[in-house]
Amino acid sequence: MAKMTYREAVRAAMREAMRADPRVFLMGEDVGKYGGAFAVSHGLLEEFGPQRIRDTPLSESTFVGAGIGAALGGMRPIVEIMTINFSLLALDQIVNNAATLRHMSGGQFGVPLVVRMATGGGRQLAAQHSHSLEGWYAHIPGIKVVTPATVADARGLLLAALKEPDPVLIFEHATLYPLEGESEDGTPMEIGRAALRRAGRDVSLITYGGALGKTERAAAQLAELGIDAEVIDLRSLRPLDTETILASVARTHRAVIVEEAWKSGGFAAEVSARIMEGAFDALDAPVARVCGAEVPMPYAQALEQAALPQPETIVKAVQGLF
Amino acid sequence: MSIHKTAAPSGSEREHALALLRQMLLIRRFEEKAAELYSAGKIRGFLHLYIGEEAVAVGAMQALGLEDAVVATYREHGQALARGLPAGKIMAEMYGKANGCSRGRGGSMHLFDAARRFFGGYAIVAGGLPVAVGLALADKLQERQVVTACFFGDGAVAEGEFHESLNLAALWRLPLLFLCENNLYAMGTALARSQSQTDIHLKAQNYNIAAEAVDGMDVLAVEAAAQRAVAQVRRGDGPYFLELRTYRYRAHSMSDPELYRSKEEVAQWRGRDPISLFDACLRQRGMLDDAALKRLETDVANDVDWAVAEAEKGAWEPLADLERDVYAGAGA
Repeated sequence: MAKMTYREAVRAAMREAMRADPRVFLMGEDVGKYGGAFAVSHGLLEEFGPQRIRDTPLSESTFVGAGIGAALGGMRPIVEIMTINFSLLALDQIVNNAATLRHMSGGQFGVPLVVRMATGGGRQLAAQHSHSLEGWYAHIPGIKVVTPATVADARGLLLAALKEPDPVLIFEHATLYPLEGESEDGTPMEIGRAALRRAGRDVSLITYGGALGKTERAAAQLAELGIDAEVIDLRSLRPLDTETILASVARTHRAVIVEEAWKSGGFAAEVSARIMEGAFDALDAPVARVCGAEVPMPYAQALEQAALPQPETIVKAVQGLF
Repeated sequence: MSIHKTAAPSGSEREHALALLRQMLLIRRFEEKAAELYSAGKIRGFLHLYIGEEAVAVGAMQALGLEDAVVATYREHGQALARGLPAGKIMAEMYGKANGCSRGRGGSMHLFDAARRFFGGYAIVAGGLPVAVGLALADKLQERQVVTACFFGDGAVAEGEFHESLNLAALWRLPLLFLCENNLYAMGTALARSQSQTDIHLKAQNYNIAAEAVDGMDVLAVEAAAQRAVAQVRRGDGPYFLELRTYRYRAHSMSDPELYRSKEEVAQWRGRDPISLFDACLRQRGMLDDAALKRLETDVANDVDWAVAEAEKGAWEPLADLERDVYAGAGA
């Protein structure tokens, strides 16, 4: 075990993978000389050289598509899209090519591609730089969607993604990069398993990514109020670990889903529906959701914070179930 | 046509010329049959015919070896046949049968063949170009002396991915052959109605890519240009761009009333039909007579009959396999 930041954990995983496998390389905007917009790839150009740490032009669609092609051609590319906001320019390649090629070719071709990108709001970057659209991607069969919320997961899930025969999208909440924690050396985790972050008897708080910290703080506040909350970190939105969710709800009989994304058509709705389908009889109260306010993200700090889930709003939602 | 030489043709020269003619005939007869089967309801979905453009796929494919890669579009029966995909597997795919080259998952627009490095038909215009860039990058990184040939139409030129891909391929000096099939129409929109610069190869030159325009109705001209281009790409001199000027005789797809062009224009292009032109050229050189042509036509007709028989006798994919091949392992 070693203490490091989330940023360092992602870097460590990339370094380990590149040392172990000559097919692994990284490409994206400013991943080389600049060291990554979030300094994730800092130092990798010096260690691995420009063939394997490739700065690209601002051509999201084409460098993601090139990642798909390189994966088809026998490489194990890691493509960094600076943020999820710019991934909209690559949506066609991800949805129409990466996700479909195995099926459309009758199983002849696979796309072992890893796409990493920063996601989420909370940094006063306003409406075009604060999206939480990972739930959109989780809608698409053919890709896997991973949302590491801890330092250990940032490393272990990336290493796992690089072992996958199919495309994996990794969403790194931008506020997590400076987070400190413990990380094991070079051990890939299993994609598709949710984690029980806190055991409790009274209510299941189900969340992922950047909302985990706030949800854990809400659970601590609830404990002081005499409510024993369980916290489930989904870790991957597709595949979704429905079993762990349903087992938790069977124990607690109440569920609140927390995510930064907008409520309408959001991923919380999917989790809610699965609970309804699989644990309806276990519920003692309607499933509740704490999501982002239905507004393009405002710049002003107070407005932005009001648009995002907060420990207080989570606590309030839980109290409403009793 | 560039075959007009005075010296008597050698046996192998004649053999090669007849092989080119046979491939063009196969594409045409195969597609005429496909159109018939579409009307009969055996083939459904979209069917985009290549008739009129046969010289492009056949000529270009001569320059590629089995180690090279091919990326194509939704109008790719011609490329698939010229690449050597068995006609029966293509027809079965259009029927949606399990013995189709994509197990009935792709249809006419998505033909794939791993063994022949045929990386498929891409049905979002320009969507195959970035993939081709990546295939070429993989080859370069793995130090393989192979070429990726990427077919696309003039419509793709309007897409951002065209420009991004040309730039990246040139910047990284990738072993990529861009083959722009300029048939003058993006569905129903004439090139001149959608592009400020209609000499497409000039756009490629602006990205510092060696580029030329070629008569796409002349199979020998296409072949010669492709050989030239592939030799340069294989040497590691970066990408090469061919603008192949051709024409699609049939409608864009089977549901197109063709309100956007005149019968006279179509007739004019049919006057430069790639098969007729090559037929005349071969006769002039004493390489072809009625009997030889008849043998080729019979041969091709047998291939098409065989393809239809393969498709007819193929099994349907079991519904229980609906969700196979979404992921390599269990679903997600």
